[in-house]
Amino acid sequence: MSSSKRSTIIVEHLRRQQMWDAISKGKRLDGRNLDDLRPLEIELDIIKKANGSAKVKLGNSEVIAGVKIETGEPFEGLENKGALILSAEVLPTASPYIEPGPPDEETIELARVVDRGIRESEMIDLDKLVLVPGKIVYTIFVDCSIINADGNLFDATSYAAVSALASSKVPIFEMQDDKVVHTGNNQDPPITTIPISITAIRIGEAVILDPTSEEEACMNARITITTNSNGDYTAIQKGSTGAFTIEQIKKAAETARIKGEEVRAKLKELTKDG
Amino acid sequence: MTQTRNLIDENGRRTDGRTTDELREIKITVGVVKNADGSAFIEFGKNKIVAAVYGPREVHPKHMALPDRCVLRCRYHMSPFSTDTRKNPAPSRREIEISKVMREALEPALMLEDYPRAAIDVFVEVLQADGGSRCAGITAASIALADAGINMRDIVASCAAGKVDEKIVLDINDTEDKEGGADMPVAYMPHLEQVTLLQLDGILNHEQFNECVDKAIKGCEIVYEIQRQALMQKYFGNETELKEEQ
Repeated sequence: MSSSKRSTIIVEHLRRQQMWDAISKGKRLDGRNLDDLRPLEIELDIIKKANGSAKVKLGNSEVIAGVKIETGEPFEGLENKGALILSAEVLPTASPYIEPGPPDEETIELARVVDRGIRESEMIDLDKLVLVPGKIVYTIFVDCSIINADGNLFDATSYAAVSALASSKVPIFEMQDDKVVHTGNNQDPPITTIPISITAIRIGEAVILDPTSEEEACMNARITITTNSNGDYTAIQKGSTGAFTIEQIKKAAETARIKGEEVRAKLKELTKDG
Repeated sequence: MTQTRNLIDENGRRTDGRTTDELREIKITVGVVKNADGSAFIEFGKNKIVAAVYGPREVHPKHMALPDRCVLRCRYHMSPFSTDTRKNPAPSRREIEISKVMREALEPALMLEDYPRAAIDVFVEVLQADGGSRCAGITAASIALADAGINMRDIVASCAAGKVDEKIVLDINDTEDKEGGADMPVAYMPHLEQVTLLQLDGILNHEQFNECVDKAIKGCEIVYEIQRQALMQKYFGNETELKEEQ
């Protein structure tokens, strides 16, 4: 059952006041403008045992994503498509407020929103990942571990998952005497587009991008918008207990397109070296 | 998503005979669960959903209580017999996510600060699912909350729009959800003009996105009128009939 809860991070009244004052002047407490993103760092192929991996730092938020590619049975109703399974876990290392245990609703939402961004954009052409039609398909696991949490985990996790997938190597499997055998060769994954998510939050009447956890503790509402390489929208999720006006949503969507293109260019440049 | 057949025919009619701007038939009955403080039953196309509200009441366990406002708890659940293949009754990840977005869609309308240290529980049970069940659930839950006499800023009305055969259509049904191009559920407070839920899956370009948002909002306004009628029917129903007789 979903229940309203107090914010885990308590922001003092004075600090909150400072934040509002700064935002009313178009600035934020860390010196950024309202629609500035934090510095993005991507390191590829840091886990040699994975078929693809990436460590993403978005400000102080840090996420590692690993891709493992195996073979298995297709999903029911999707017999001629490869299977894509994405998970996310906020590790107990991530903040003093996280306890080990089964995922809470926020972590489930995080994994599902990141998954939706990748799945709905059809980033990976799953039609090309079939070994024996209807029987055996490639199964791509993307597992994301949040190492350090400082806000905007949606975007940090999404960038990590997308970078890990884009830079992964798919092992080529073959059928020999009804058994799946790895040929020892690898190929590039069938990438069709690069989905980029941009998260905005509303504090008072201002809408700011890429919030820190302190800013998230003061937010009224949140919206995560994913665009593909064409600049089309592929997934949206509004979150938190406040509301947006229609104008704010349309403006956030426009911003997500422009900022998404910047991040996409950067992500492409960084993943090219890998 | 691969499309296998045309979902809109040459006359602009959809698989269930509706035009692109037409909602499915909606019927709301208020006060159907006798034990609950407030309740509503909604038939939204083939969706059949019951929503019940208990509270404000004491919070159990007590440590969950908030000193300055009321705790809102929300459960969206699908009955095992509500879908084509039996649904495992244990809450799925999808249901957990919907419970969360549903709570976040309702919370802006409620004056929770009026009931500190208390809890309001909203239970939404999908008895028969037909696409758009979260929208129908929010619509019913909002009426159940009003029926329970909870102080509210506005009623939350909810409706989806989406893309079928490259056309933006109102109120996606089950077939269109599975075979169509995009689905965008929206919840909206018509008087405050604020959006409390917005999700999208599927691909929309910029113009389609704006059209889709506008269409969904229009749909919410129609849903709101039906919600208002349902409440009026319960609380002033006999009076209006009396007036007509006189």
